[in-house]
Amino acid sequence: MFRVIREPIDLKELVTYVTDPSAGAIATFIGTTRNNNEGRRVIALDYEAYPEMAEKELARLGAEAKQRWNIQRMAIVHRIGPVQITEPSVIIAVSAAHRDDAFQACRFAIEEIKKSVPIWKKEVFEGGEVWIGTQSGQRLPRR
Amino acid sequence: MKVKVKFFAFLRERVGTGEITKEINEGSTVADLWATLKKDYPKLAPVEMRLLYAVNRNYVNPDYALKESDEVVFVPPVSGG
Repeated sequence: MFRVIREPIDLKELVTYVTDPSAGAIATFIGTTRNNNEGRRVIALDYEAYPEMAEKELARLGAEAKQRWNIQRMAIVHRIGPVQITEPSVIIAVSAAHRDDAFQACRFAIEEIKKSVPIWKKEVFEGGEVWIGTQSGQRLPRR
Repeated sequence: MKVKVKFFAFLRERVGTGEITKEINEGSTVADLWATLKKDYPKLAPVEMRLLYAVNRNYVNPDYALKESDEVVFVPPVSGG
């Protein structure tokens, strides 16, 4: 399950999706909106995506994780639009026979999302707004 | 020939629209298209951030030769998560 959606993300739905009789572990990661960043008081994050390509890239990194670790199933859902303080912007769930593979694949997924998936966050803070990442360089995705 | 260009996030705001159709010369590369767009949209000229290029939903190199009806996206630094 690799999706970009506008509605709040349902953790239970992802966990149900990756549940597998041969799995002894399910690792989840929840990225949430924090109320501060680099000294600014954050009001909300506003996400935008190139949805068709973002879902394709999520599926690609899921396939890569499956090659590198012994995992059963993976689900990644990223929310777009405004995400308020404490709300999840991304949830990842991975099932595996053993916990090491589940943890590592989960970590890999969130790091890759931040590098190569066409999703952008605008930080709305007290006194302004800024597209995160536009002030600095960008690493090329591994190919 | 014509290609479709989509703009997102920072670049969408700079250009003022999310999508355009652009007439370009046969054999134009993605880098050629970006150079042309910078002339069309002066607000893009100062954009110095490192962009990635996507054609038909795949990342490509700047020397990728465009074809009729390609969907081109200039990808500003991603910041999902």
